[in-house]
Amino acid sequence: MTDERKPTTGRVGTMTEALEVPYRERERSVTMEALGEEHEELLTINIGPHHPATHGVLRLLTTLEGEIVRDVKPIIGYVHTGIEKSCEDQQYWKVIPFVERMDYLSYYFNALAFCMAVESLLDEEVPPRAQWLRVLHLELNRIASHLFWIATAALDIGAITMLWWGCRDRDLALDLFEMSGGQRFHTRYFQVGGVVEDIPPGFEEMTRKFVATMYTRIEQYLSLLDRNEIWLQRTKGTGNVPAESLLELGVTGPLLRATGHPWDLRKAMPYSGYENFDFSVPVGTVGDNYDRFRVRIEEMRQSLRIVEQALDGLPEGAYITDNRKVALPPRHELATSMEALIHHFKLVTEGFRVPPGESYIAIESPRGELGCYVLADGSAKPARVHMRDPSFVNLQALPEMARDHLLADFITCVAMLDPILGGVDR
Amino acid sequence: MDATGLELIAQRVRESVGDEVVTGTLFYRGRATLDVAPQSVRDVVAYLRDDDEEPWERLMSVHGVDYLPAEPRLGIHYELLSMERADRLNVRTRVGVEDPRVPTVVDLHPTADFQEREVFDMFGVVFEGHPDMRRILMPEDYEGYPQRRDFPMGGEPVIYTYNEPKLPRWYD
Repeated sequence: MTDERKPTTGRVGTMTEALEVPYRERERSVTMEALGEEHEELLTINIGPHHPATHGVLRLLTTLEGEIVRDVKPIIGYVHTGIEKSCEDQQYWKVIPFVERMDYLSYYFNALAFCMAVESLLDEEVPPRAQWLRVLHLELNRIASHLFWIATAALDIGAITMLWWGCRDRDLALDLFEMSGGQRFHTRYFQVGGVVEDIPPGFEEMTRKFVATMYTRIEQYLSLLDRNEIWLQRTKGTGNVPAESLLELGVTGPLLRATGHPWDLRKAMPYSGYENFDFSVPVGTVGDNYDRFRVRIEEMRQSLRIVEQALDGLPEGAYITDNRKVALPPRHELATSMEALIHHFKLVTEGFRVPPGESYIAIESPRGELGCYVLADGSAKPARVHMRDPSFVNLQALPEMARDHLLADFITCVAMLDPILGGVDR
Repeated sequence: MDATGLELIAQRVRESVGDEVVTGTLFYRGRATLDVAPQSVRDVVAYLRDDDEEPWERLMSVHGVDYLPAEPRLGIHYELLSMERADRLNVRTRVGVEDPRVPTVVDLHPTADFQEREVFDMFGVVFEGHPDMRRILMPEDYEGYPQRRDFPMGGEPVIYTYNEPKLPRWYD
């Protein structure tokens, strides 16, 4: 035990003196040299599954050496509800509410991945207006998801104000979803062939108000967090993983982009008309937790830009395909048209049949590559639906991120990883 | 990727890895599928990653599927990605339900760790050489492979505090 070690009790000098010594220097006492011989053994502790810092029911078997994390084993499956199995017993259009409940913060993305997989099997064209409406809602959903991420991530680090601010502003996005789809969560707004309804009058005005508000609100978040000494010291230089290791582990999304690797499926392999939008892909430099924070903040700004462009350039036309074998006929036709009534009856009772084949469609969700694999056997129900959920794959990077860091930084890493356990376990 | 490109890849795999390795190709709705024999999946993925003139350096997803009633029933898909060319290739292999075994690709693509465990959990496919071949989503003492098509849906008892001791395999 050396004299330099700070006493653990009693007053530690004055406040100014404590702040002059950088946080990392002050925490030097937890390295193994300072702890002495009695702490050399490893200790395995269990974090979760019921712990607020694990973002759901994630159980982490953590091996500690003193206060330093040497290994982490994520144990998952606590909210496994067999959604993929349930999907096999549903008609295609009834699968959409199921898949929306996987990653419950980015439900529009799950629905889109499934709808696009089925559309590719049907060889169905989606009208431009439907694509624009999809992009509009996807980006609003991305903002809502990132807002909830920043709310909970900041809470883990102790910035409780951010929780209220983030949830308050996410509610504005949920108001928009309620307006267009009737629900705040799990809206079932996307349908195979388009979207279920056109946006209502007043939606555009509300959305523009939301966008204008959000630009200022993001500035407020940054002024709250980005100059906060605790926030900066907790996030800067922690949890770095080189880009190559992340790529080998299959990590995509903001985690990968924080290392400076500009892989974004919206740019690299555009889908749903993303090639018509002008936005940039924010990247970080070193890939620590601070870069992950800044990348996601900047992504929210870019999403706002896309929302504005989607409103400006929203094409006229149909909001869902006019193929009556796939999409429901308009309500008013049912009273006058025999064919419409038959189509409506067939679609609601039996659903539509999909020719045999298999399809894998990947889109860029707020957490990375969200892939949907659908096997069709020619009946009205899918033979297999599999979601490649980014949370599930990204979770494998957690041991790499947290290894040889302090236990407190490990909590920061979980927060910045942003795993959604509904998506991990499905 | 087009149908011709897929045939060229299949030809290169045949020449480099072995003639009997490729069992078929399928190009459907813009998705290229390379069917390979189960025992040589690892060799093909390794060749495509390292030695092919157009390398497929990333594995994005591994998923299992049950093709009931077709034989062999189970299929394992490897979704390969080339970030440079922004292109995808699907490597597929088929195994039967009796003692299905496939060599692991975890040492080539560490991302396959959780995903192969999930396929094992849901379909019972054993990935030989995987360092930690355990169930991942279902309980450890679970019997059966729930994503197989002949596994019945429903009928699972819901565990509450009052009925947990009455359920099978309680404290056995």
